[in-house]
Amino acid sequence: MTDGNRKSEIGNRDEGAPPLPVGPRLVESILLPVGTAAVLIAFWHAAVRLSHTDVFPSPLSVLRGVGELARKGVLARYIADSLLRVGAGYSLALVLGIPLGIALGWYSTAARAVNPVIQLLRPISPLAWIPVAIVLFGVTNVAAIFLIFLASFFTIVVAAMNGVRNVPGMYLAAGRNFGLSVPALFSRVIFPAALPRVLTGLRVALGVAWLVVVAAEMIAVNSGLGYLVIDSRNAGKRYDLVIAAMLLIGLIGLVLNTLVRQVERLRAVRWGFNAP
Amino acid sequence: MTGNAEVKVRIQDLSKAFHTNGHEIRVLEHIDLDVREGELVCILGPSGCGKSTLLNIVGGFLPASSGDVAIDGLPVRRPDPRRIFVFQERGVFPWLTVEGNIGFGISGLPATERAARIAHYVRLVGLEGFENAYPQELSGGMKQRVEVARALAVNPDVLYLDEPFGALDSITRLVMRSELLRIWQTERKTILFVTHDIEESCQLADRIVVLSARPGSIRRVVEVDLPHPRDLSSPRYLALRDSILEEIGLAHRI
Repeated sequence: MTDGNRKSEIGNRDEGAPPLPVGPRLVESILLPVGTAAVLIAFWHAAVRLSHTDVFPSPLSVLRGVGELARKGVLARYIADSLLRVGAGYSLALVLGIPLGIALGWYSTAARAVNPVIQLLRPISPLAWIPVAIVLFGVTNVAAIFLIFLASFFTIVVAAMNGVRNVPGMYLAAGRNFGLSVPALFSRVIFPAALPRVLTGLRVALGVAWLVVVAAEMIAVNSGLGYLVIDSRNAGKRYDLVIAAMLLIGLIGLVLNTLVRQVERLRAVRWGFNAP
Repeated sequence: MTGNAEVKVRIQDLSKAFHTNGHEIRVLEHIDLDVREGELVCILGPSGCGKSTLLNIVGGFLPASSGDVAIDGLPVRRPDPRRIFVFQERGVFPWLTVEGNIGFGISGLPATERAARIAHYVRLVGLEGFENAYPQELSGGMKQRVEVARALAVNPDVLYLDEPFGALDSITRLVMRSELLRIWQTERKTILFVTHDIEESCQLADRIVVLSARPGSIRRVVEVDLPHPRDLSSPRYLALRDSILEEIGLAHRI
């Protein structure tokens, strides 16, 4: 956002209302990606037609597959089940990860002790944890939630830790100068100052949590979009349903990301983001 | 401004050294200074002379290596809401509105009293109409006003200003200086003002404390007996400015 745009918002007293893109920007942000998708779908359709494949579904048969799932009544249930699993694992990661990250950001000795372990565990793919999850929790829903938790936990901890570490010393000095106790310093200075970074971490972590829904639902749960991918492949090679589930996962991921981005536009945190 | 006013801030034989990689860097040496109640004292010196360090020690943010700082006769050990430090405008909290920033230090007051106090200082620094704006929506000069108002709202005895107008453009800087003088004459605070700008110190100060290059020590204390508002083209003002220019010039040659 340019400086000029910022100045023009001075008169805007409407709390929490971000300046909406209007005119050409709306056209660009909606119509251009829709156009790209249309071209890709046309290309996909043509490729299936021209190659006379029996295995790979056309866009139309994928759409019919979605309709079939809806008629059978599993579509809404699978979506809800996947969202619930991701919601549970992600919420747990959030509730444990933010306090831990803040504590590590504040106590540098603790960070020196714990951070290397976090950095060691963080690059391990959640896929590699599947056997561990099964040993710990059996082939249960809990194991799936545990995988989603792991996928988002470390990202959140590191974001909160860096957020606190990078609070400018001037803000802390000002807070102390006004006589704040340590708890007040946390709630009134450190937390709001770190919040933009924490929110970025939360958005990235939500993306990763949703990304591993397929892997998590490979563990013998019998519902969800990830389960649908595996099950459709195993039970009768229904590739139209496999692709349908994949695209639904992508679509919901897009919606989740867009929703979280709205939080970043709130005026109390927007200072921390460069994007308009 | 001088007269027989009480001593507010007493700095006695203050020295400061930093230790890095086994080297000792002496920053300040044997600073003795009394600041009277209601006085506006500028601490002037070349960059790196330790003037900001001095202000941070007086503010209670840094310990001295030796010597004492006392305010109203009591030693300074930590920051205190009765004495507020004003940074360059970067100290304004970006997550709070203008109102939220100005009311930051008075959250303990009853709501109506707090609102009245905020409204008073919004008016004093001329930010009416911007109460609900966020700092990122303001210019540098406006942010500086917010920070000064935030400091004044807790009704401190002493203000520490560390090159507060250094990041502003030259016109805004001139406006802010006369605003500061107006506010100082209304509110009667003791002000310690750190600057490397000779003109700034000559325009503002009752007394100018000229520091030498590092390790900083007091070269000279200049009483400025020019009444406000000061005529910046009068011979007396120009003579004062030139004498300090010469003093700093000598400091550079050492």
